[in-house]
Amino acid sequence: MNTNQIIPRLNEVFRDVFDDMSISVNEKTTADDIEDWDSLAHINLVAAVESEFGLRFKMREVSSMKNVGDMISIISERGR
Amino acid sequence: MKELCFPFDSQKILRRRPALKKQLLSDGTVRIKKKIAVLGGSTTDHIVATLELFLLNFGIEPDFYQSEYNKFYEDAVFGNPELESFAPDVIYIHTTSRNLTRLPASPSIKHEQIENDLNEQFAYFRQVWESLMEQFNCPVIQNNFELPLFRHTGSYDCWGNTGHSAFIERLNVMLSDYARSVKGLYIHDINYLSAVCGLTNWHDTEAWYLYKYAMSTSVIPDLAYSLACIIKSLYGKNHKVIDLDLDNTIWGGVIGDDGQDGIEIGPETAVGQSFSEFQSFIRGYKDYGVLLAICSKNDEKNALSGLEHPSSVLKKTDFVSIKANWGPKDRNIAESANELNLGTDSFVFIDDNPAECAIVEGQLPMVQTINLSTVHDAMYKLTRGGYFEVTSVSDDDLRRSEMYAANVQRATQMKSFGSYEDYLTSLEMNAVISGFKPVYIQRITQLTNKSNQFNLTTRRYTENEIQEVSQSSDHICLCGKLIDKFGDNGIVSVVIGRIESDTLHMELWLMSCRVLKRDMEFAMLDELVRHAKKKSIRTIKGYYYRTPKNSMVAELYGTLGFTPDEKHENGDSVWYLDLEGYKNKNKVIKILEKENEDEHKSNNPTS
Repeated sequence: MNTNQIIPRLNEVFRDVFDDMSISVNEKTTADDIEDWDSLAHINLVAAVESEFGLRFKMREVSSMKNVGDMISIISERGR
Repeated sequence: MKELCFPFDSQKILRRRPALKKQLLSDGTVRIKKKIAVLGGSTTDHIVATLELFLLNFGIEPDFYQSEYNKFYEDAVFGNPELESFAPDVIYIHTTSRNLTRLPASPSIKHEQIENDLNEQFAYFRQVWESLMEQFNCPVIQNNFELPLFRHTGSYDCWGNTGHSAFIERLNVMLSDYARSVKGLYIHDINYLSAVCGLTNWHDTEAWYLYKYAMSTSVIPDLAYSLACIIKSLYGKNHKVIDLDLDNTIWGGVIGDDGQDGIEIGPETAVGQSFSEFQSFIRGYKDYGVLLAICSKNDEKNALSGLEHPSSVLKKTDFVSIKANWGPKDRNIAESANELNLGTDSFVFIDDNPAECAIVEGQLPMVQTINLSTVHDAMYKLTRGGYFEVTSVSDDDLRRSEMYAANVQRATQMKSFGSYEDYLTSLEMNAVISGFKPVYIQRITQLTNKSNQFNLTTRRYTENEIQEVSQSSDHICLCGKLIDKFGDNGIVSVVIGRIESDTLHMELWLMSCRVLKRDMEFAMLDELVRHAKKKSIRTIKGYYYRTPKNSMVAELYGTLGFTPDEKHENGDSVWYLDLEGYKNKNKVIKILEKENEDEHKSNNPTS
């Protein structure tokens, strides 16, 4: 799966989790760019992305993902 | 909201939580507010976030306190000013097997040591409950413990001396035994829940180390839902009626076509056996006080002949309302609701036909529908749906069906009387009106939390608050029981007044709708005045606080002879009654003095 296929689906996940239809993520988006991105939302996000793309993040990945780009590269490798 | 009814899509709930919450809060529902303290042995953020959704959907608007991570013991035992000032209505202790500190560490540990550890582990939790209950006097909900997914010894783990499963199961029994022996402690059975979700789905080692979540995020909605069921049950928000279709719902086949001999029920066939199990299962709900009704498109004669089938577990007399006709089902359900003086939100409707379920959902969105695809599926949905979650069993619950059946008989009799008063007299009504005796406390609390229509102030009380006012010398508390020739209605009316010099302020006046128009309110007032006079009260002040549900009593104080004092724009009003020259109003109910005797002796030695 390439980045162009992933971003629209990922964007939907972000919009649901943060309940903000104006969100538009790109590879450089970080937690600082989205106001409500706290630890609870992060866990929701991980769970929602895992279920959307049918993958399981590794522990190290969950704690080390710094931006949406990191997420996309994992999805492109193992996502469905 | 459909998304939050069982069976729900957990992933969707987790993902769309903020939008769901917004939608719930803007739907115009009037909710009761409750303060819920969540004391966790693990991180509880997600649990609180999903619990909030389910509670909102059950008509409860929660305000939460959360302990710091794994500080449930400290908060409970050593106290916490923040928790203290929060003053919770309910406390939930979210602990799991991750919080067990005395699990046997090696197979070499001696039996005596295990016993000792088990007792100490139990004492640790008991200390938590005891100190919370003493400090806050409110319901405490405690998880029991889930079984481990990983085990060293296989099956031996559940019966070997040092097995972890064995330890947990024994501890769970100790929890249950203790909960049964005290008031106000409720066990949340995550041992069952984790089994029903599957231990492989429940446990999540990574979630524990990453987030300190004691279970997988994906089962948190299941946990929160099951917990919300206990809480709504505590506040009287259970459903009350199972309304059943007949053909292919409680027996196999179509009675109108196949005839009594042709339907499948009973031991002869596999299908017949499964419907027997289903009927027995439904009958079990009735035994716990759930009302049963029928809503079927059939000629009534045919419908009844199905119930007269020799193998039918359910009999005609098990039902408080039978609607077998060709009218639309939503209208029949609404009529049953009307007859029983219940809201349609009390109904769970079961039908094998998805189209009927859809029509009912469309016309009566408050009705919970279950589309029966198989008997197994319907029993599962009834179980997990928690519509009839039991938190305590009162004598009234066990007799409820009888009482409603008697109501139907009364209605039939009413038609044959010339005047309403003749009818009332013919009911041979007797009332017992007394203070709040210990045996009634539970029922009184239940009434204060679920009466909406005939309720002047709609003030909700916890069991402990009821206990407190019942012993307070500044209050006059009366509860009334009504008995007539068709049966005992149990405690049906509760009034609480607060004394302030020579004035009695009515903080609560409620009556169960099952005894509307029986003049019970007059009997209550007469007794109230009698008690008030003994306490040198000159004026009773009545308050009506308007809610969307209590318009039927907007003018009650007027009917009782009170004079309007204030009328507010929002519909609230204040009334007063001068006790001088008060004349008893009740003419049709005989007041039984038997239960009041002791009180008379102590308060009024000359009479």
